[in-house]
Amino acid sequence: MKKKMAVLLTGAMVMATLAGCGGGDAAPAAETAAPAAEEEAPVAEEAPAAEEEAPAAEEEAPADDAAAPAASGDLITVGIINNDPSESGYRTANDADLKAAFTEENGYSASFAYGNPAVGNANEDQVKAAQQFIQDGVDYLLLSAADTAGWDTVLQDAQDQGVQVILFDRTIDADESLYAASIVSDMDKEGQTAVDWLASQGLETYNIIHLQGQMGSAAQQGRTKALDEKVAAEANWNMVEQQTASWNAENAQQIVQSVISSGKEFNVIYAENDDMAKGAVAALDAANISHGVGKDVIVMGFDCNKWALEELLAGNWNYDGQCNPFQSSYIDEVIKTLESGGTPAEKVIVMEEKGFDAETITQEDVDKYGI
Amino acid sequence: MANSEKTSNAGFLKNLVRNQCFIPIAALLLLAVFNLIADPAFFKITLGYNSAGNPVLSGFIIDIINNGSELAILAIGMTLVTAASGGQDISVGAAIAIAGSVILRVLCGGNARPETLQAPIIVAFLVACVVAMLFGTFNGVLVAYFKIQPMVATLILYTAGRSIAAWINNNELPVISDPKFGYFGGFIPGIPIPTPCFIAVACMIVIGIVLKVTNLRLYTQAVGINQSSSKLNGLNPEMIKVLTYVILGLCVAVAGLIKVSRVSSINYSVIAKDIEMDAILAVALGGNALSGGKFNMAASIIGAFVIQCLTTTLYKFGVSSTALPAYKAVVVILLVVVSAPTVREYFDTIMKKLKMSKEVA
Repeated sequence: MKKKMAVLLTGAMVMATLAGCGGGDAAPAAETAAPAAEEEAPVAEEAPAAEEEAPAAEEEAPADDAAAPAASGDLITVGIINNDPSESGYRTANDADLKAAFTEENGYSASFAYGNPAVGNANEDQVKAAQQFIQDGVDYLLLSAADTAGWDTVLQDAQDQGVQVILFDRTIDADESLYAASIVSDMDKEGQTAVDWLASQGLETYNIIHLQGQMGSAAQQGRTKALDEKVAAEANWNMVEQQTASWNAENAQQIVQSVISSGKEFNVIYAENDDMAKGAVAALDAANISHGVGKDVIVMGFDCNKWALEELLAGNWNYDGQCNPFQSSYIDEVIKTLESGGTPAEKVIVMEEKGFDAETITQEDVDKYGI
Repeated sequence: MANSEKTSNAGFLKNLVRNQCFIPIAALLLLAVFNLIADPAFFKITLGYNSAGNPVLSGFIIDIINNGSELAILAIGMTLVTAASGGQDISVGAAIAIAGSVILRVLCGGNARPETLQAPIIVAFLVACVVAMLFGTFNGVLVAYFKIQPMVATLILYTAGRSIAAWINNNELPVISDPKFGYFGGFIPGIPIPTPCFIAVACMIVIGIVLKVTNLRLYTQAVGINQSSSKLNGLNPEMIKVLTYVILGLCVAVAGLIKVSRVSSINYSVIAKDIEMDAILAVALGGNALSGGKFNMAASIIGAFVIQCLTTTLYKFGVSSTALPAYKAVVVILLVVVSAPTVREYFDTIMKKLKMSKEVA
């Protein structure tokens, strides 16, 4: 009995593998004909499918099933590949912004895919999703890649299929000709703005605890660079502690606790995101070290979470640098330009980003820029 | 006379080395001595006041027992799971994210920035306990009834847990402004010792009593040593395995409460990151066989504090926290090698040979 079961199971598995291979092979060959074998394979543009649900009369069937009834042909289909929204408040706001912008009312039919970092290789997930979108024949592929490498083939495929690629938030290592536009935050500039602000505070000496983000990420590199340069250049700027807390509030708390316990003097906390600044402040509070406007320690954060801006408004923190997650309006503009036959004036579009000072911030700013 | 004293001394020494607590305590002492030589200020404890005007103790030693609390609590559950199922639960970090998310969800009632708490903290905590125990049951059932390897079974929750946690709060990142919620991960006004220490001690006392008055220890060890013979003796091995996972779930809920209380907020992707590895490491450091069977709870708990002591020491010396895992790995390799049966046998034979040569001489 058991043997029979085993044989059956093995058989089933072999079948499944074969079917899987079929699906895989189909991806590059989408131009010729979509294989009807793969059940959930959405209708490719040029392949009037044999499946019942897709009425053959409809010429420009939208890629995804959900939007089918509204498909009058003038919706622009976009495939959006983003990172896991639960990654950070920034990503959550970014995802929400895109979802709010690319709606049917605004003339879009959007499908979303996410790379899940917990599974291990988020980039691989994203590449698969991109291939799927290309196969589905979307008009535009919007991409925020988890890794900078490994995208050449996919983007080449996209170009061959006439899919326009727009990068947002993160750049990749690929030839510029492979994408239509790239909408990015200039992390170096964010760091520079923050350091310039700090320099303008005119302290006699700067003894800085520098809490870094996940080492190697673009945000960490940009925000670290400006500070490192300034500390190297100025005699009265000292790095008391430079340590990565990997964006984690709790690690930041432990690091600052450790600095306090060892009795080192410091008067600036430069945290590369709001979470870490919050953790640092928790450690300061426990040791009764005053912080904020006109107090002993200057607290700086990044990302402009709403709660962080409220801390600024209350004068508990001093500075928060923005990392603009609202890219949809920029993307929309690019698509409109491309649709009307033009080309975007610049390939790389750098978004405007602010730095907020606790002394000048208003409730309006909190509501408008808080994420 | 003198001779017998000598042998009893040797016997005592041998017993000491044989004791399972020896290795973690020796490691702890080693770290302590190292710190004493490097900087005696490591042991300084000062009584100060926090910004709310309440007395608080601070110093590296306090940092260690404070920050090590969650790990010690998790080590309790992990030891039982290891003993009974001969495998480890690698989903505790993700499960903490879920438990923390549930607590915040109940306290906030769906609103990310509540002015006041929507439910008493104890209710939120109990709900989190139930949820964490349910996920524990899920893991336990997969392991016990479906006979899936524990690491593979818990891989499911390890992968999905943080997404589930984010989904529970609709991807919002709630922030609790009520200072009372911060007591669990900080200080209760008027008491200078960090609250997590009390919670950890309470957990230790509870598990101590449970192991003393119930048959939990006997049953888990019996199942871990030989499942079929324990079955022949009238135990229900599946049930006991599930039970250990449920207990671990409870530990996870407690650790989750401390974690979210520390910062009155949550970040799904980084909260309690990699804590499962530290918890497993604590069990291994305690000299418990990772393949199940006999266990020593106290040794695991001391193991947890060894890890935290190592982390704090490395922070103190400004070792980049990305390099921390590498240092931990070195320690693990050393300890695992030292406590490996083959190495122990080797040392035993050397000792015997030494004795023989002495006697001959």
